[in-house]
Amino acid sequence: MKKGASGVVTAVEDAHSADPIARRLRELGFVNGEPVRVVARGPIGGDPLLVQIGFTRFALRKSEAARITVDIEAAA
Amino acid sequence: MNATATSLRIALVGNPNCGKTALFNRLTGAHQKVANYAGVTVERKEGRFVAPSGRVLQLLDLPGAYSLDAASPDEAITRDICEGRHAEEPAPDLIVCVADATNLRLHLRFVLELKRLGRPMVLALNMIDAAHKRGIRIDVGALERALGMPVVETVAVKQGGAEALVMRLDAMPQLSVLPPVGAPEGAMLPAVDDNSIAASAAPTKSPSAESSQDLHAQVRALLADTVTMPRATSAIDDAIDSVVLHPVAGLAILAIVMFLIFQAVFSWATPLQDAVSAAVAASGEQVGAWLASMPLLQSLVTDGLFAGLGTVLEFLPQILVLFLFILILEESGYLPRAAFLLDKLMFKAGLTGRSFIPLLSSFACAIPGIMATRSIADPRDRLTTILVAPLMTCSARLPVYTLLIAAFIPRHDVLGVFNLQGIVLFALYFAGIASALAVAWVIKRLRTDKSEHALMMELPAYRMPNPRDVAWGLWERTKIFLRRVGGILLALTVLLWFLSSFPAPPDGATQPPIDYSFAGHIGKWMAVVFAPIGFNWQICVALIPGLAAREVAVSSLATVYALSATGDGADAALGTAIASQWSLATALSLLAWYVFAPQCMSTLAVIRRETNSWRNVWISAGYLFGLAYLASFITYQVARTFA
Repeated sequence: MKKGASGVVTAVEDAHSADPIARRLRELGFVNGEPVRVVARGPIGGDPLLVQIGFTRFALRKSEAARITVDIEAAA
Repeated sequence: MNATATSLRIALVGNPNCGKTALFNRLTGAHQKVANYAGVTVERKEGRFVAPSGRVLQLLDLPGAYSLDAASPDEAITRDICEGRHAEEPAPDLIVCVADATNLRLHLRFVLELKRLGRPMVLALNMIDAAHKRGIRIDVGALERALGMPVVETVAVKQGGAEALVMRLDAMPQLSVLPPVGAPEGAMLPAVDDNSIAASAAPTKSPSAESSQDLHAQVRALLADTVTMPRATSAIDDAIDSVVLHPVAGLAILAIVMFLIFQAVFSWATPLQDAVSAAVAASGEQVGAWLASMPLLQSLVTDGLFAGLGTVLEFLPQILVLFLFILILEESGYLPRAAFLLDKLMFKAGLTGRSFIPLLSSFACAIPGIMATRSIADPRDRLTTILVAPLMTCSARLPVYTLLIAAFIPRHDVLGVFNLQGIVLFALYFAGIASALAVAWVIKRLRTDKSEHALMMELPAYRMPNPRDVAWGLWERTKIFLRRVGGILLALTVLLWFLSSFPAPPDGATQPPIDYSFAGHIGKWMAVVFAPIGFNWQICVALIPGLAAREVAVSSLATVYALSATGDGADAALGTAIASQWSLATALSLLAWYVFAPQCMSTLAVIRRETNSWRNVWISAGYLFGLAYLASFITYQVARTFA
């Protein structure tokens, strides 16, 4: 996702079985139907991403964000 | 009245950044006790306050957590206590769940998770003023009914902002009336309308994807029913972040902020330092005059106590200026932004953006820095951060740096704005940072386990630092510093005075008395080892007590030079004494030594405690000594060649 892009989460996939990172992402609100937006990106290589979800902003590394599938078209 | 019989044990629980600790401070004021939970290194904060009715309420501030499915030692403590499974801490009578009113989408999920425990609960909607300012309207009555628990509004940072909560807690029934631990859900208060919440009977130990989805769906339904929200974020925060997190402007701002701090430490503190120094000198003379009839005692007091401790006390203003900046950055919410900007760089070096906060605290002192690594969930990242934290230039090194810089580096203006002394200090700090990154990189290479590390860091809303909390923090640091001066430093300074004064020189001695003393002999023996890096025997003597605490090296040097001075030189300040006796190469070499040397027993002790391993202590002490010797050797030899 580019800076300023927004979309709706469709799923968070486990990178391996019982993936604690994926589990925590879901607890933080990355669940199906939740709108997200990339607010900013890190200065070096665009990593990490700053993702707005709900009223909260989380810094996620690319590898963490890669677990989240987002439907970009669904954004208004 | 019997306080314990009627006291209610309350636990404050909530997400990180919900203002829980500010609320705790607001409620308990000065009546708090900070310690550790047994066996683990998670801070336990307890306090008490008296409600208007005269009832004593005991308050426990639990570590912030996103979920009861713990991902760090902090969260595990919160989980165990809330579930009543902690070995030493009984389950609280009442849970006060604190939620940021501007961030309910995230925080309400945890509220629902806690509710599943079935314990008596009150929800505090904190920062309600900020929510109102942003046009967020919360129907408290509807929320109360939907959640089936009392909901109160609080503003932790405002005088009287917790009154509603206090009234509510005061009105709580007696201990015996509260439902027993493990009561079924909903037993606490009759929920008028619990239909919107799908009640789940047992707490879910390992929530699956479905149950996460489930709680989130409930939160969404709750929010739709009870909260109106014009927009998801504060417009001001968006505007600040677009500048502060900008790839170019953001890094420039970070560099300017750091540089300003170091300039301020050097220039703002000077008048205060001069005042302290003058006061110590005046009182030293005064006391010295009273003791003129007892030469030995006079020597102990003036050469030992006043020369030694006074020199260290002078650095208090600088340490306070440094802490002031760190506290303001911490309170304002800027630190996580800095961590965001630096994460990639630190990740490449084998650290994480989260290491930034512990490492920045280490600039004040490695001990709180190492303790702050508890917030790093990944044990490998945490260990690396602990091992490199002593390389950050702690405030105890500042006395050594400032002494040497003031004595050897001229006060030239550079580019009209900065002075050369400030630049050298900045370079020393930078050397520490660069070597920390290099060491972390080496550790990363050596590590065999290459599985993924997580960042997942929340960037909280910006907040105006609250002067009360900042002042509170500064006072705490002052107390810690003065206690160190009063305790270890005092004892060591006196010991060193003794070693330096005895045995007395033989009759007809031509050298200063210290040459004949125990300290002189020890120093001269050590000087053989340290000669290749340019240390004379006086420095070697000062290094020994400096092992206990770095800043003691300055007071030791002061003591050694005060005792070795003869005739007219006796009252010369330490700076002048070393400026005339040391070469520039020696001074630079000592500076280089102090960038690396593990000259602090308490740091090593804290590494032992935090990692629960002597191996890590030996690794860090060993590599730091090695680096220190190497760096000093190179510095000394190079400086001698060019000087």
